[in-house]
Amino acid sequence: MSNTLLFSLLFIFPLLGFLFNGIRFKSKNYKLAGIVGTAAVGASFLISVILVAKLIGLEEGARSITVHLFDWINIGDFSANASFLLDPISAVMILIITGVGSLIHLFSIGYMSHDERPSKYFSFLNLFIFNMLLLVLGDNLLVLFVGWEGVGLCSYLLIGFWFTDQQKAAAGMKAFITNRIGDAAFLIGLFLVFTNFGTIEFSSITSLLPATAESGWSGPITLACLFLFIGATGKSAQIPLYVWLPDAMAGPTPVSALIHAATMVTAGIYLIVRLSGMYMLAPDVMMLIAIIGALTAFFAATIAITQNDIKKILAYSTVSQLGYMFLAVGVGAFVPAMFHLMTHAFFKALMFLGSGSVIHAMHEEQDIRKMGGLKKYMPITHFTFLLGWLAIIGIPPLAGFFSKDEILWYTFASPAGSKVLWVIGAITAVMTAFYMTRLMALTFWGESRVSKDVHPHESPVSMTIPLIVLGVLSTIGGWIGIPHLISHYLPGHIPNVLEHWLEPVVKNIELTGPATMADEIVIMSLTMALIIGAAWTAYMFYARKSSIPSKVSKALGPLSTAVENKYFVDEFYNSKLINPLIEASKGLWLYIDVNFIDKVTYLASDFATGCGRGIKHLQNGNIQRYAMYMSVGLILILSLILMGS
Amino acid sequence: MLNFESLAAIGLNHYLIVSAALFCIGMVGVLVRRNVLVILMSIELMLNAVNLSFVAFSHFSQNINGQVMVFFVMTIAAAEAGVGLAIAVTIFKRFKEVNISFFEQLKG
Repeated sequence: MSNTLLFSLLFIFPLLGFLFNGIRFKSKNYKLAGIVGTAAVGASFLISVILVAKLIGLEEGARSITVHLFDWINIGDFSANASFLLDPISAVMILIITGVGSLIHLFSIGYMSHDERPSKYFSFLNLFIFNMLLLVLGDNLLVLFVGWEGVGLCSYLLIGFWFTDQQKAAAGMKAFITNRIGDAAFLIGLFLVFTNFGTIEFSSITSLLPATAESGWSGPITLACLFLFIGATGKSAQIPLYVWLPDAMAGPTPVSALIHAATMVTAGIYLIVRLSGMYMLAPDVMMLIAIIGALTAFFAATIAITQNDIKKILAYSTVSQLGYMFLAVGVGAFVPAMFHLMTHAFFKALMFLGSGSVIHAMHEEQDIRKMGGLKKYMPITHFTFLLGWLAIIGIPPLAGFFSKDEILWYTFASPAGSKVLWVIGAITAVMTAFYMTRLMALTFWGESRVSKDVHPHESPVSMTIPLIVLGVLSTIGGWIGIPHLISHYLPGHIPNVLEHWLEPVVKNIELTGPATMADEIVIMSLTMALIIGAAWTAYMFYARKSSIPSKVSKALGPLSTAVENKYFVDEFYNSKLINPLIEASKGLWLYIDVNFIDKVTYLASDFATGCGRGIKHLQNGNIQRYAMYMSVGLILILSLILMGS
Repeated sequence: MLNFESLAAIGLNHYLIVSAALFCIGMVGVLVRRNVLVILMSIELMLNAVNLSFVAFSHFSQNINGQVMVFFVMTIAAAEAGVGLAIAVTIFKRFKEVNISFFEQLKG
């Protein structure tokens, strides 16, 4: 089949699913809706596999397929086409999106079985997949931006899916508005890229980079990179725009797994990796990204320790892991960032779906203090969640270990990294181990604190299959990126497949520092030891009842209150940014709009009415009067003609 | 006493002046009177004014076409008067009066 046809089909299937379920949105037949929705994404997944297989078949170094569908905008020098680019980066992305996406669709069938509007849900979900594919396949920034906005819309629709609850509707709006702030910066960045390079196509930008590097003056590029990064902080929930993601947990849990863990929130990482060549020319922005990433990772992890809502913990954990990825791109470790993006998509989707399974079993209870001992009721969910837990805290040989270790190593050794950032990253890893173990201990282990009228049960097959598949992926997914250090000792010297795969398009920064292999071993073992220690401590604290946690939080006093309340960031934003903005808007409304703009328009309309006032009586509906006008007019015209001749 | 000498001196213009006068009288009637019957009569007057000029032109240009046209006009006028009177009768039955303003009730 031709590439154009394959690309079209890739987009058409989710779109058809969206239309099918969108048209019959009132239907309550969750099975039909779910099967159509899942099949649409599954078909897209198959096509993605075919496309990637084609890509692999191409010669190394020339692995890219470009498909031009139609000219979209051509104004003067500016041109943006509806054309798509499949290269190693987008190949990884489409496999994650459609693969993890179809698993989550499958899971949703069971999860949404009691819902009022399953068709609507699946149509939004399919629309999301469509937009996400646009985002990662667009060969220029504008197509990417269309997808970028599209996923934002779907995110809004799905967060506020249960919109009858005012709080959930508000969470949707919060996500949308926060994203808008980032999107505005993204647009500015896009304009700056165009003014700098005269094009917004990725391939052209890349080919223009060497010349720009030689010219030596990187001011405008730094600015463009900065604004695009601010755009990324909005979509990928980084300081200062991360506040929407924890609230986004108001949506159905599979949505949190798909949009707010595995795919959409990683769009910012994808953007920066896609433009990695440009970012390498802006070391100042790279440093800023690394710092923001490290701080986000750190603070989100501290908040996650104190939360009691299972989804909130996972949400802050996601923010924290995204911080890791930004730390990675900030220190020039683009491949580890993509690697962590992928492994994170597996294990975080797994954990979100697992939490969905738990919430479903607990009849919408999300407070982990009211759980405990679920291991014996939900063996499959427990076992798969266990795999996710081991993967995220970084126990070898599960997926998270390799990617996280690579990021920490690059932070330590890269010329763009620093020891301070490494320390923050390592502490975050330790905290991750702690809060995730706490989550496991309070949810699945220890004594049951389940209230008597709730009878937890294992979820149906359609929900456990995705869990099992994702569990397997979380276990073995890391093996495609085994670092040289370890593969060195393994039989057969398994190469770092992912790095090799991405090499033609993305290159890591070169490690020129004095760090050696011995350092790497020391660092790896040190973090491992700390992680296991933290996990053990959390297990002792929470699985065996212990009074230490409450003592610690008492000893910390105001600090622990601040952390529990998420550092009062929301309150700060409300009082210092949002309320002043609302007040200022009210002022503008009363003084500028009502008293100035409205008055001017009223003047204009009064003038028109005044002009008409005199002659409006001419049109009074009396036929005889009209006949009179006609006669008078006729007479006047005739007399004019006669006088003229 | 009629002066036949002066009668022979009556030309086309004289007929046209009479015709125009009739037409204007009819038109004013249509425009200002409220009674439907009077309006219908005024319309007849206007039509006949036209007929008069047709005949006059026909006579002075030695062409029969104008007189033929008059028959058509008279036929149409008769038909029109029939329809108009029928409506007037209906209006009268309903309102006991034939004022033109009642026709406004016919608006949809």
